Amino acid sequence: MSSEERPSPHNPVPAPQVRLGHQAATSDAAGTDRRGALRVGVTAAMAIGSVALGLGLRERGSNKKTRALPTIKDHRADKPAGATDMAIVRGPDPAANVRKAIEALGGMGRFVRRGERVVIKPNIGWNRLPEQAANTNPDVVAEVVRLVLAAGASKVWLTDASVNTPEQCFARSGIEKAAKAAGATVIRPDASAFREVNVSGKLLRTGDVLFPIVDADRVINIPVVKQHGLSLASMALKNWYGVLGGQRVKLHQNIHVSIIDLAAMVKPTLTILDATRILLANGPTGGSLSDVKQLDTVAAGTDEVALDAFGATLLGLNPNDVGFIVEGMKAGLGTPQWKNLKTVELGG
Amino acid sequence: MFRWLRRSYQVVFLGFFLFLVFVTTAGLIRGYDVQWLLEFDPLVAVTTALASHSLHHTLLWSLVLIVPTLILGRFFCSWICPMGVLHQALGFLARKRRPPDRVKQNAPRPSHKIKYLVLAVMLGLAAAGSVQIGLLDPIASTWRGLATSVMPALGNLAFGKYQGERHFQWGTLITLVFFGALALNFVYPRFYCRVLCPLGALLGLLSKFSLFRISKNSAICKSCKFCGSECQGAADPQGTVRATECMVCLNCIEACPRGGLSYRFLPPVHSSTTKLDLVRRKWLSAGVVGAVAVPFMRASDGVEPRPNPARIRPPGSLEEEGFLEKCLKCGACMKVCPTGGLQPALHEAGIEGFWSPILIPRIGYCEASCTLCGQVCPTGAIEKLTVAQKVGEMPARPPVRIGSAFFDKGRCLPWGYQTECIVCEEVCPTSPKAIYFKMETVTARDGTQKTLKMPFVDLDHCTGCGICETRCPIVDRAGIRVSAANESRTPRSSISLTGGKI
Repeated sequence: MSSEERPSPHNPVPAPQVRLGHQAATSDAAGTDRRGALRVGVTAAMAIGSVALGLGLRERGSNKKTRALPTIKDHRADKPAGATDMAIVRGPDPAANVRKAIEALGGMGRFVRRGERVVIKPNIGWNRLPEQAANTNPDVVAEVVRLVLAAGASKVWLTDASVNTPEQCFARSGIEKAAKAAGATVIRPDASAFREVNVSGKLLRTGDVLFPIVDADRVINIPVVKQHGLSLASMALKNWYGVLGGQRVKLHQNIHVSIIDLAAMVKPTLTILDATRILLANGPTGGSLSDVKQLDTVAAGTDEVALDAFGATLLGLNPNDVGFIVEGMKAGLGTPQWKNLKTVELGG
Repeated sequence: MFRWLRRSYQVVFLGFFLFLVFVTTAGLIRGYDVQWLLEFDPLVAVTTALASHSLHHTLLWSLVLIVPTLILGRFFCSWICPMGVLHQALGFLARKRRPPDRVKQNAPRPSHKIKYLVLAVMLGLAAAGSVQIGLLDPIASTWRGLATSVMPALGNLAFGKYQGERHFQWGTLITLVFFGALALNFVYPRFYCRVLCPLGALLGLLSKFSLFRISKNSAICKSCKFCGSECQGAADPQGTVRATECMVCLNCIEACPRGGLSYRFLPPVHSSTTKLDLVRRKWLSAGVVGAVAVPFMRASDGVEPRPNPARIRPPGSLEEEGFLEKCLKCGACMKVCPTGGLQPALHEAGIEGFWSPILIPRIGYCEASCTLCGQVCPTGAIEKLTVAQKVGEMPARPPVRIGSAFFDKGRCLPWGYQTECIVCEEVCPTSPKAIYFKMETVTARDGTQKTLKMPFVDLDHCTGCGICETRCPIVDRAGIRVSAANESRTPRSSISLTGGKI
């Protein structure tokens, strides 16, 4: 500091100093003491508060966020003694076929109790019309919704994770309109509709699954019978691809084991196989009506492997040639010998 | 006396800081806690904790600064902050000769409240999950300026004797911002500290509770205002001292010819003020602007929907969302990266990831056994890895993958030009090598036949380290290039089904 910045010293300049302690308070009123104590208190509280907050927020171990993931529960219902395992119904009215098949199994009351929340999983994968047979038949879906509600379900969700744009798939398949009219709550596969769960499969450890599959008390699978370019067929077991978000395309690197990983993750209460129209070629997307065959058939049951084996025969396949049917049997998910089960065939 | 005491502190802290930045390089770093000052930065702690709801353990050191600030006031700005020291040293640039002019220069202005709004915007951003504080925080800014601008420039002038030739993409931007902030001293002294600095704002808020304050003895004061001519913080010592603006430089005490000022415990209440004159509406608006900006930024460049293939994060990085909740863009990882491959992102990581670290393999690859970036990261955005963790041991423990390599068969010598070349396979560090050959007999233009080694990538072994791309003989765009696909920090990036999550 240069000297011209300083005033000429008229008075002796006291040395600058840092005074500690509050000497001034002695001459002030007692109120200053209280105010001082208050300020010290507030500052001390702030200090202690920040230390506590800091310690409370500190990371323990790794700073990777880990969450405990839910596992999807087993949705299978108890089987009454002597009950039918599988029903195959042929007839011109798809809704009547569904009614008769469920009746033959012992009625919807065998699967759904009053007040339960039920999710229905058709195949709504493609931006296709019902007659193109790439999606489940809307009349079959609507009839299942009505039967479930008639059995006293408090809520019926209907959902699928479409491959094409969901809005268009849900609309053009005719399923959204029919299901809503029958009283279902339609859940489109928005990003918020998925929840991460444990898959604990051979290949898949975790996956994002449509939330109704996690939350529901009962799960009903309503696949359509289709030819598939890679897995040969897409029916009940393959339909569980449609509960997954994320990059499903990766699954095709080992499709049969992936199908079984997913089928072991979701154990449905009831499976209704829609063979009203089946797609024989260019599956699973189809497009040409010349690839579609009208069979007017609905099969229902509790054994997905058996239903798929039956579906395979409709496509002209030997069930033993279909990898996921063989893998499904090995994994204990069911039997391809559907004729050995207690099976009822009606009509046709 | 105080002035020299303070200056010695400043020189010591600045020297220590420069030393730590300097040794942030392979071979010199040893066990130094080079990110030391960032760990003390309460703003880093507060914003990353707000965003990620947890406090990285090293940031607990910030309490060591918070508690003394609650007691002593904003002393950090004048005694420790490296940027504050640089600003104080550059204060002469606009310093007026006549004391009355300086009193005007150092008078409080309404613009000095801007920093509180900057702070509120930053806190709003952080609360919504986007930590952008590193753009303006003085420590992170100084770190970045030194690491990616000043030291590379000096190092390159020194013929690369220090870290070898260093280049940072569009580092000129960082240079301009860093020196631009210092150049604001041409407007008036400590412009940045008084008007913009969000850390100063946070410490100012804490100083509202300070127990030690500058206090003027009105009985002695003859209103000569010499105190105000020397005030660093524009804290109005000639009037009523503003505790939130006072940087505790103690200049006013020395400047007073009559000894009328002191720095003391619990001075009389009316000798200082903590009023900011910022209505709640302004605070809230600024916070809301910050918070609302995040969904807008994500509507522009989402975190996940379209990952940029060039967004190759350093090994050990958290998943992108968690990464953006922690990364300060301080540049410590870029400084320490032995190959210089870690670079400040421009558009590659979206607007939120501007200046965050990405690997540009054409510039430098990720050294297989190096874990320095995780060692220096102050916030845990890059986790500390051991070499064993990083390299892994197939098949039981897969390695840390930052991406994977893909051939561009039109540019690769054997694939595109039927020319022998095995460089990528030769340099591939994994065991077994991720790049392997198949012999193939090809017919050349003149009809002769020859047998060539055709290179392939085995995704199960490729870690995306990028040495193949760095060393590929095709000079500009390599014939084999790394993209972020298959990085292991998020299962969603995995290409192969064995990644476990879809």
